[in-house]
Amino acid sequence: MVLILVGVTVIVFSIMMLLPPGQRVSVYVQDERVNNQQLEALIEKYGLDDPAPVQYWRWIKGVFRGDFGYSVVAVTPVIEAFKNYFPVTLELVLIATPLIIMTGVWLGTKAATNKDTAIDHGTRIFAIVGYSLPTFWLGLMLLMVFYGLFGLFPPGVLSNEGRDVLYSGDFQRYTRLLLIDSILNWRWDMFWDALYHLILPAFNLVLLSSAMILRLTRSSMLDSLGQDYIRTALAKGASKNLIERKHARRNALIPVITVSGLLFAGLMAGMVITETIFNRPGIGLWMADAALRLDVSAIMFNVLFLSGVYVVMNLVVDVLYAYVDPRIRLS
Amino acid sequence: MSAETNASRTGNQHPRLQEFLFSAKRFLKNPLTIVGLTIIMAFAIVAIFAPVIAPPEKPDDPFQIPHDGWMMEPQPPSLEHPMGTLPQQYDIFYGLVWGTRNAFKIGLLIVLANLVIGVLLGAIAGYFGGVVDEVIMRVTDMFYAMPFLVVAMAIVVVIGKGLTSIVLVLIVLGWRTYTRVIRAEILLIRDKDYIQAARASGASHMSIIMRHILPNSIFSVLIVASMNIGTTMLSAAALSFLGLGSDIGYADWGAMVSEARNWIVGPANARLQYWFVVFIPGFVITLFVLGWNLLGDAARDVFDPKQRRR
Repeated sequence: MVLILVGVTVIVFSIMMLLPPGQRVSVYVQDERVNNQQLEALIEKYGLDDPAPVQYWRWIKGVFRGDFGYSVVAVTPVIEAFKNYFPVTLELVLIATPLIIMTGVWLGTKAATNKDTAIDHGTRIFAIVGYSLPTFWLGLMLLMVFYGLFGLFPPGVLSNEGRDVLYSGDFQRYTRLLLIDSILNWRWDMFWDALYHLILPAFNLVLLSSAMILRLTRSSMLDSLGQDYIRTALAKGASKNLIERKHARRNALIPVITVSGLLFAGLMAGMVITETIFNRPGIGLWMADAALRLDVSAIMFNVLFLSGVYVVMNLVVDVLYAYVDPRIRLS
Repeated sequence: MSAETNASRTGNQHPRLQEFLFSAKRFLKNPLTIVGLTIIMAFAIVAIFAPVIAPPEKPDDPFQIPHDGWMMEPQPPSLEHPMGTLPQQYDIFYGLVWGTRNAFKIGLLIVLANLVIGVLLGAIAGYFGGVVDEVIMRVTDMFYAMPFLVVAMAIVVVIGKGLTSIVLVLIVLGWRTYTRVIRAEILLIRDKDYIQAARASGASHMSIIMRHILPNSIFSVLIVASMNIGTTMLSAAALSFLGLGSDIGYADWGAMVSEARNWIVGPANARLQYWFVVFIPGFVITLFVLGWNLLGDAARDVFDPKQRRR
């Protein structure tokens, strides 16, 4: 597990090292007018032309001290930037993930229990179209119609009035998650404001990502509906509805757990586009900027963080698996 | 169905050909396949006849979209520009037609390259096992754990923006799926008797992998590949959209959608004035990806012999 994280960072770090030191030094240049000599001095000072392993070692040592360097894009240390950006992303992911899973499981169950009917074909088409839609285009279309035409659901995280309240000083930021902070401050207007700005991006993610859960639920539902214990339950005279909900779906949901864990990690990493389009200052927007302007510290931090989320989610899924399915625990 | 199957069984065709014909017949019976096939055929025709459909002004550089002046405001569809124009008056229709060639090139080239890399690595890992397997699969895990889009963006910026860089990056990052799939397949058949027999009769590792193992395990990988053409196109378009592709004026669908970002909202009296800039290029991408996904989906249902005859 740790090995994977080390490997990932080594790979990405090596790619960054392909840049000549002269280009990487721009990170430390605040004043536009620096002459070559000063640049040389800066390269010297930060050891930018040391051998790559030496520089990597320096970076790793920093990581263990909690020092990830300075993000040029955010104009703050990386850790500060992360504290600012991450809650915006987390809020959207936490809202979207359950919605995606519920939509997918619900439609998938419907499709499986109505196999080969119009409902089944309908959800199949929904899923294939969902797979095929480019995230960026769907987002732009949603904005064009809802925001452009009807003036609803503007991009951003808060309205202008909301932002004024946020920075007014008497709004305490306990968790930095806007929804939760609004409740803690007992400001329901802020709560609705934040929620209002979450609806469109969340809807965008649901349309795109529930397809995967849907297909998986459908196929594993069909699998478990064909099992002998379902026939036994039917023979005993249990109602169809009860069998579908209690006997079939419980077992069918086991593989869905795996995908849901990866979905969470995937959404985090995939925020680059969603946040760019809906103009939400989260880690996705930060990463996009960082990658475009080669903000090495920010890129390295985010690569480490997102790979970490992926690895941890994998572990969580494994543990959860053993918990819900005794057959795995015993074998 | 069974009568049909028996009829084709009685012919003395090669079993592999027989299998293929059977699958092809099933494949073509699915209405969604027909839709997918029609879409892809239509795009293929557009790509092949691009010089006829949209004659280039400069035949030696056809991917450069011609433009009328430098006016920033996109103009709505007219007789001269059937799908309207982008900022700086680049003709959308021309860009889409020539972009089709790029789309095919991007999708097929990347998936093919991924397939070769992934299958080779997976086959070596699965066949030899032990340390080799461990090393290859841990590296694969690393590529799975990486945040794909961020790493892809960073690499493109390092090696220089452009469509070629995007293709290169997606080749470097995209092989991971195939490695896992083919390895799992190979582990299933590696110790089967016929492999042992081949080994006992003195076949080399290379010829066992190439002649006995790959033909029996390649199917599931090909199905995954057919489903990945669409996804790959989406990744390439996303990178172009983020501004890492070609500059404005090059016939690349993703880059064309990226122009749309500033034209979502029209003036107060005509909110949807620039709908064509936003809608048309993105819709074409969706259609292309949808076509491949429909084909891939049908291929999965039909061409997997183990799934099918249950």
